[in-house]
Amino acid sequence: MLNTLAFYFSRAVQQGIPLLFGSTGETLTEKSGNLNLGIPGIMYVGGICGVIGAFFYEQSCGTAAAMNGFLAVAIPLLCCLLGSLVMGLIYCFLTVTLRANQNVTGLALTTFGVGFGNFFGGYLIKMSNSAVASISLSATSGFFRKTLPFASKLGAFGTAFLSYSFLAYVAVVVSLIAGWMLRRSRTGLNLRAVGENPATADAAGISITKYKYLATTIGSMIAGLGGLYYVMDYASGVWSNDAFGDRGWLAIALVIFTIWRPDTGVLASILYGGLYILSINNILPTGGVGAVKELYKMLPYLITIVVLVLSSVRNKRENQPPQSLGIAYFREER
Amino acid sequence: MNLGSRFHISKRATIPWYLAWAIRLGAIVIAMIVCALVTTLLTGEDPIGVYATIIQGSFGTVRKFWVLLQEMAILLCVSLAVTPAFKMRFWNIGGEGQVLIGGLATAACMFYWGGKMPNALLIVVMIVASIVAGAVWALIPAFFKARWNTNETLFTLMMNYVAIQLVSFFCNTWDRKGSGVVGIINPNTRAGWFPEIGGQEYLLNILIVAVLTFVVYAYLRWSKQGYELSVVGESERTARYVGIKVEKVILRTMLISGALCGIAGLLLVGGTDHTISTTTAGGRGFTAVMVSWLAKFNPIFMVLTSFLLAFLSRGSSQIAQNFGLNHAFGDILTGIILFFIIGSEFFINYRIGSATGKEKEDGTHA
Repeated sequence: MLNTLAFYFSRAVQQGIPLLFGSTGETLTEKSGNLNLGIPGIMYVGGICGVIGAFFYEQSCGTAAAMNGFLAVAIPLLCCLLGSLVMGLIYCFLTVTLRANQNVTGLALTTFGVGFGNFFGGYLIKMSNSAVASISLSATSGFFRKTLPFASKLGAFGTAFLSYSFLAYVAVVVSLIAGWMLRRSRTGLNLRAVGENPATADAAGISITKYKYLATTIGSMIAGLGGLYYVMDYASGVWSNDAFGDRGWLAIALVIFTIWRPDTGVLASILYGGLYILSINNILPTGGVGAVKELYKMLPYLITIVVLVLSSVRNKRENQPPQSLGIAYFREER
Repeated sequence: MNLGSRFHISKRATIPWYLAWAIRLGAIVIAMIVCALVTTLLTGEDPIGVYATIIQGSFGTVRKFWVLLQEMAILLCVSLAVTPAFKMRFWNIGGEGQVLIGGLATAACMFYWGGKMPNALLIVVMIVASIVAGAVWALIPAFFKARWNTNETLFTLMMNYVAIQLVSFFCNTWDRKGSGVVGIINPNTRAGWFPEIGGQEYLLNILIVAVLTFVVYAYLRWSKQGYELSVVGESERTARYVGIKVEKVILRTMLISGALCGIAGLLLVGGTDHTISTTTAGGRGFTAVMVSWLAKFNPIFMVLTSFLLAFLSRGSSQIAQNFGLNHAFGDILTGIILFFIIGSEFFINYRIGSATGKEKEDGTHA
C-alpha cells in the first residue's frame, strides 16, 4: 500500500516538475509586470533546442559508450537555455524596448515557439529515418535520468523523495530560491516595486528596463528547462510533435493558483501533477464511462479559476496580481 | 538596451494614416524578406519560388481562393467578436473557448435533434443555442470582472481549456467506436447543414460575416452603447463620473462579444466542418487578438488584417506541401511576420530623435 502510494506520488511529482519550472519562470516574469503568454512557446523551444543539441551530439559520437556523461548533459542543457533566452529577448525587445502590447506579443511568441518545436521535431524525425513519428534519444536521456544509486534501497521513502533525476531537484531549489529572493532580498523588493508601480520604482532610481529584461529572460530560461525536463526525463528522451500539449498553459494557471509565490509552487505542482495522474489512471470514479476522464482534466483549470475568483473577492492586497501586469511602461506617460 | 538613454523618444500626437500604413507595409516587406531567407536556408529553394508558392496557396485555383475567403471570413468573425471587449480594455483572450462552446452547442443540436424536426426549425434552434452558449461562456468572466475586478485575461484564458475538455468529453461520448473522433454529423440527411448558395458551400458564411462586419462597425461607431464602451476603455473614472454604469457596460459588451464568438462556432460547425473536435476553433481565438489589435480595433481595417493572416497561413501550408516540410513551418513564418508588425507599431506611436539634437532644436520639449 505504502509502496503504491509512493509510486503514484513519484508519478505526480514527475508530471508536476515541468509545470513547476514553467510557473517559477512565469512568476518571476509577472513580478516585473510582464504578462508573458509566450511561456507555452518558450517551453516548446526549450525542449526542442535540447533535443537538437542531444541529437547532434549522439550522432557525432555514434554509440552510447563513446559519449561523455558531462557533455551529454551539458550540451542539451546549454542549447535549451540559449533557445529560451533568445525567446525571452524577443519578448523583452518587443514589449519593453518597443512597448508593444504584451498579450499580442506573447500569443505571437507562442505561435512561433510551438511551430518552431514541431517544425524542427519533424525535421529531425525525417533526418533520422525513423519508422515512427518520434525521435528517441535514449542514450542522452539515460544520462539525464541518473538517480542516486541508493534510492531504490530505501523503500517507499526512496521512491517518494529520492528517485528523481537532478533536474527535478533543480526545479525545487530554483523555486525555493526564487520565493526567498522575491520576499526577502533587496533585488526581490525592487523587482516587486517594478511590477506594482514602475513609475514609483523609477523615481526611486530603480532601472525599470534592466529589471524587466533580467526577470523576463531569466524567467524564460527557467521555463525552458521545463520543456527539457519533459523530453529528457518524463518522456525518456522521446520527442514527438505536440506531445508536450497544454502544459505551458497549465504552468500559467499554476502561477495564479500559487498567488504568485514560487515556493508554494513546489507543493501545488505536485497537486496538479497528481490530478492528472489520477485522471489518466482511472483512479477517480468514472461510473463506467471513459469520457468522464476528460472532465477530470478540467480540474486544474477549474480550481485555478476558483482561486482567481476567491483572491479577488477577498481582495487582500498581498494576494493580487502585480498591479502593472500587462501594461508597458513609458516614463513620459506618467 | 535602453534606447531612451541614446535617443529621445516621444509620443507622436498624430500621424497621417498613409504614413502609418506605409510603416506597416514596410514592416511586412522586411518580414517577407526575412521569411524568404529563413525558407531558403531551410529548404534550399530560391526566394522567388517561395513567394510564388505563397501566392499559389491562395490564388492557385478557384477552389483555393474560396478556401482563402472562407478562412478569412471565420477569422474576421472571431476578430469582430473580440473587438468590442478590447475597445473596453477588457482583454478577452477566451475567444477560442467561446467559439468552441458555440460550436459544441451547434453540434449538440445537430446530433440530438437532426431529423427529428424540420430542417429550418433545426437551424433556428442551432443559431439560438450557439449564441446563448457563447454569450454564457463570456458572461462568466465578465460577471466576476464587473463585481470583484477579477483579472479577465487570466480568467478567459482558463475558460478556454475548460471548454476544450468539455468538447473532448462530448466527442468521447458521441463517438461509439472509442477513438474520440466525431465524424461528419448527419452525413446522409444533411440535417442542420447550412444551405449552399449558388452551388458555393462557403458563400453563405462569407455573406453573413460581411453583414456582421458592417453591423459591428456601425455599433462601435454610431451607437450610444459603442460610445459608452469606448469611454469605459479610455478611462473608467471618467465613465463613472459622467454616469455610465461601468458594470452594466462590461456585462453587455461581453455578452455581445461571446454571442459573436458563438456565431463563429455556428458557422464553423453548421456551415463548413459539419463536425466538432477540440481543434475546431484552431487557435483562431488567439489569432483574432492579433487581427483586431493590428487593425487598431477598426472592423473595416480588420478585413485587411484578417486577409493578411489568412493569406499567410494558406501560403505557408502550400510551402509546406510543395517543399515537403511539415505544416508547423507556417507557424514559424506567421510568428516572424507578427513580430515585425508588432514591432512596427512602435514607430507609428513614437517619434525618435537623437537626445542631444532634439534639445537644441526645441529646449521646451518635455
